[in-house]
Amino acid sequence: MDILAPILISIIAASTPLLFAAIGELVVEKSGVLNLGVEGMMLGGAVIAFIISVETGNSALAIVAGAAMGAMMAGLFAVLTLGLLANQVATGLALTLFGIGLSALLGQGYVGTPLTALPKLNIPGLTDIPVLGPVVFGQDVLVYLSFVVTGLVAWFLYRTRAGLVLRSVGENPHAAHAIGFPVIRIRLFAVLFGGAMAGLGGAYLSLSYTPMWAEEMSAGRGWIALALVVFATWRPGRVVLGAYLFGGLTLAQLHLQGMGSSAIPSQFLNMVPYIATIVVLVLISRDATRIRMNAPASIGKVFHPDG
Amino acid sequence: MTKLTRRSFSALTLAAGAAAAFPARAADPLKVGFIYVGPVGDFGWSYQHDQGRLAIEQELGDRVKTSFVESVPEGADADRVITQLARSGHKLIFTTSFGYMEPTNKVAKNFPDVMFEHATGYMRADNVATYAARFYEGRYVAGILAGRLSKTNKIGYIGSIPIPEVIRGINAFTHSARKINPAIEVTPIWVNEWYNPGKEADAAKALIDQGADIILQHTDSPAPVQTAEERGVLCVGQASNMERFGPTAHMTAIVDHWAPYYVERTKAVLDGTWTSGDVWGGFNSGMVEMSPYNKNLPEAVVAEAKAAEQAIHDGKLHPFSGPIKNQAGEVAIADGATAPDGELLGMNWYVEGVNGKVPG
Repeated sequence: MDILAPILISIIAASTPLLFAAIGELVVEKSGVLNLGVEGMMLGGAVIAFIISVETGNSALAIVAGAAMGAMMAGLFAVLTLGLLANQVATGLALTLFGIGLSALLGQGYVGTPLTALPKLNIPGLTDIPVLGPVVFGQDVLVYLSFVVTGLVAWFLYRTRAGLVLRSVGENPHAAHAIGFPVIRIRLFAVLFGGAMAGLGGAYLSLSYTPMWAEEMSAGRGWIALALVVFATWRPGRVVLGAYLFGGLTLAQLHLQGMGSSAIPSQFLNMVPYIATIVVLVLISRDATRIRMNAPASIGKVFHPDG
Repeated sequence: MTKLTRRSFSALTLAAGAAAAFPARAADPLKVGFIYVGPVGDFGWSYQHDQGRLAIEQELGDRVKTSFVESVPEGADADRVITQLARSGHKLIFTTSFGYMEPTNKVAKNFPDVMFEHATGYMRADNVATYAARFYEGRYVAGILAGRLSKTNKIGYIGSIPIPEVIRGINAFTHSARKINPAIEVTPIWVNEWYNPGKEADAAKALIDQGADIILQHTDSPAPVQTAEERGVLCVGQASNMERFGPTAHMTAIVDHWAPYYVERTKAVLDGTWTSGDVWGGFNSGMVEMSPYNKNLPEAVVAEAKAAEQAIHDGKLHPFSGPIKNQAGEVAIADGATAPDGELLGMNWYVEGVNGKVPG
């Protein structure tokens, strides 16, 4: 099947930005912080990565800069919510609006500038395997990175002591504080990591997925990533499943339309990825007790050591 | 120029309100407001409207002051933004998307001394004029290129929202391509958004994977052009010249050129000669242009396209002159007849050669 490989490659491309943003937000939320600024941080990462890539021609530097921009914006969020105890929901929303405006401003001179996509890194021997080869081993560096990061996050959260500490901070910051864990510092690192991942998701958009800068080019993907974390009940494996399901269904509905399945209205087909992803994730996690166990108990609540 | 976002807009309105407390001087510049459905940096629809706004500033200098609000969703938000523009002393307001039709007319009732220009709508009032461009003329010309150059006879068409404007474009294109090559089939994929670069690129990929070797788009980002370049197929850009996103793939683009109309209408307000009306301009009005044809296209094909452009410009050729059959193979527009504007404006059926059904 000649057609299968390109379709699978397109699915991975559509899913990768969601995966980055969602896996980062998962860590943030596991530490008990809700950052609704994902969309804004993605745009920040996208515009900075694009600018650096155009100006220096160095894609490695561009990727790092995109992640750094996301982390910087997350740092701002951290100062306000962790330092000054501002409301997390309001601050996160403000961060998204800020990111939309800031990225538009920074990117003003770069609208309509073309860029060559990130090169595909072929792995000799493996890339030549039919279908699977080009799909799994013929991707660009950011896709590989998304695989690695997801694995590391799952391992970190559930197999390391530091991960356990982070989760305990998300469950009960006061108890964690009483035992002597630096709650604020742990949350700060989680928030910065989440920002960096959102920035990478953005960098993937502007360097590889559609290598260009256009205002609001993330087109709501940050919000989808946020929803994925909740519907995946804060489990890394399910975040991967959700992201790929969403990407896959998006592509599938476009293909269905192209094949002329006109029995179903296109408006409905456009809804399918959203509905189906939610339904599947709700079904696999319908055990209410387990959701409560996975959901960080202190999410969104301001923590003050003396309070 | 002032650049506004919806969010910072209220603050500005307050300031403008304070300023309005003092009597205006005769030499005060005319304030012209714009509301856009997308970001000005979309490099497509809203970008081109903003080019028109810049042209007004350039031509009329100190006599005008323009401002714009971008990314305003169609619906209740638009209502509020248009009201604020009117309240803050804008005497001429361009509302540049179909979905602003009802808000524009509603607000216009409350501000009888403010002039409104609504793009692509059909509701008018004494102070609401409408204007639109006959982009289907450009689509017809693009059809000639596709008819001559498609090897697989499959053409992919990325649709935004299934309204008559878009369906008319699909029909003009398909009819024209099939006049040259009756084996051509056109497959639309609807993304149900005007602007989502990633999804537009995905739609292009899906169409190419299914065998299309030419991609048309009626969405606003250059992402499909980029995808076409990457996959080695041909394409036609939308709204602005997108050649730099696909130096070999981009055959031409159907360019929206609002500047002449915007300048003319602003001058009319300055001179006190503005009246409501309806303009639907094509090649002959300068509102629609084909961007320079790709150098790699065969000369004969380009010549044929240019000849059609000229013939449409001169009124010798109408893109919807019969016989045109619908999907069922019945004659919908008779031999020798041309579709009247009323029918074009409400077009909700496909011509023969389009795959699938009109959604909705």
